[in-house]
Amino acid sequence: MSLVNLHQVHKYYGDHHVLKGIDLDIKAGEVVSIIGKSGSGKSTLLRCINGLEQYQEGGITVDGKEVTTEDIQVRRLALSVGMIFQNFNLFPHMTVGENVMLAPTIVLKKSKAEAEATARAMLEKVGLAEKFDSFPEKLSGGQQQRVAIARALAMSPKVLLCDEITSALDPELVGEVLKVLEQLAKEGITLVLVTHEMNFARDVGSRVVFMHQGKVWEQGDSKTILSNPQTDELKQFMGAVL
Amino acid sequence: MIEFSNYDILRNLLFATQWTILLSLAAFIGGTTVALTLTAMRLTRNPAMQRIVKVYVELFQGTPLLMQMFLCFFGLSMLGYEISAWGAAILSLTFFTSAFLVEIWRGCIDTLPKGQWEASRCLGLSFLQTLRHIILPQAIRVATAPTVGFSVQVIKGTALASVIGFVELTKVGTMLNNATFEPFKIFTLVALIYFMLCYPLSLYSKHLEKKFNVSR
Repeated sequence: MSLVNLHQVHKYYGDHHVLKGIDLDIKAGEVVSIIGKSGSGKSTLLRCINGLEQYQEGGITVDGKEVTTEDIQVRRLALSVGMIFQNFNLFPHMTVGENVMLAPTIVLKKSKAEAEATARAMLEKVGLAEKFDSFPEKLSGGQQQRVAIARALAMSPKVLLCDEITSALDPELVGEVLKVLEQLAKEGITLVLVTHEMNFARDVGSRVVFMHQGKVWEQGDSKTILSNPQTDELKQFMGAVL
Repeated sequence: MIEFSNYDILRNLLFATQWTILLSLAAFIGGTTVALTLTAMRLTRNPAMQRIVKVYVELFQGTPLLMQMFLCFFGLSMLGYEISAWGAAILSLTFFTSAFLVEIWRGCIDTLPKGQWEASRCLGLSFLQTLRHIILPQAIRVATAPTVGFSVQVIKGTALASVIGFVELTKVGTMLNNATFEPFKIFTLVALIYFMLCYPLSLYSKHLEKKFNVSR
């Protein structure tokens, strides 16, 4: 059954046509990597799925419900879609624990004890249990990003969207974040990632979607498509990144 | 003619200083309250609301405080509303203070990364929850120093209330001068008292700025 469905989605920034009729269907448990040059509309696509950006034509559904940028809809959506950002966006005035506990407490109305138990469990999962009382600024970039993952997981989302989550990290910190993602993928969580990590896309991902000029240019099983690209554009792109 | 000793002069000035402080406090509290409301209106992203705030700010920043005081005092009584000098002074100083605070706070809120709003939205927080738990705690830290710094402008602004007949420090200074013809002595004392009110606030503002810069 499809968890995320996009049907002929068009998006404009003023006169600029960013998404030109995107069709995409993502099933529960899939790990979908969206690749492509900058400006091809990858991040915009992701941001449309969770209601951060408005699209003008077509339709998007998540878990059968339609996505709009209407405040109340976005909030309902937030219960099933988690989002990780390139620059973490942790709340700097709160400790790591408070960051993770906030939404479960005030959105899901969990008790403090319950929220804390969840938060500790999620931080354990990303390997940062001992950082519960630290402030984000005391952590490395990789650790901050893992806290952001824990924060999203605490809302038990059905699908996790990752927007270039390793791009702002120093090279030696990329591995620890990807390892967490790999673990999540093994546990069967649905992941949609905009990424430049081709090895990760090939080894962990189940499907690769190549975007070019606002369209899904080519897609397919991650191992097949990356070792045997069909279109010239994807060949060229692979040549440029590898 | 009554003779005024130096002691009399100082005693009268210090007594009047109480009214300057009281007027400053009232204007600052009034201004903060109105500015909070306006800031909330501006943050709703509702175009009509934002336009109201914009016009308000342009209007009260773009006209002299003295004219606003005249309009509040004489204008309102022409329209048939009886208003005391005290009331008119508070009203106009509230307009003045809030118009500037809204702009100061806008700058503080805008320095927070857009990602803070987006992350909150993606976690399912409502607009008000985001404001209360994420935006305000961070904005207040940034805004405290400039807000305290601006309170100096409010204190100095209260001097204009003397023109509409409110008896505060400046007014008493003028009255004493009329009786003693010692402008240099009296106005130096008046200026000194204003300085002693304002300088600690300036220092405190600088201290706050340093403190928050270090911890950020």
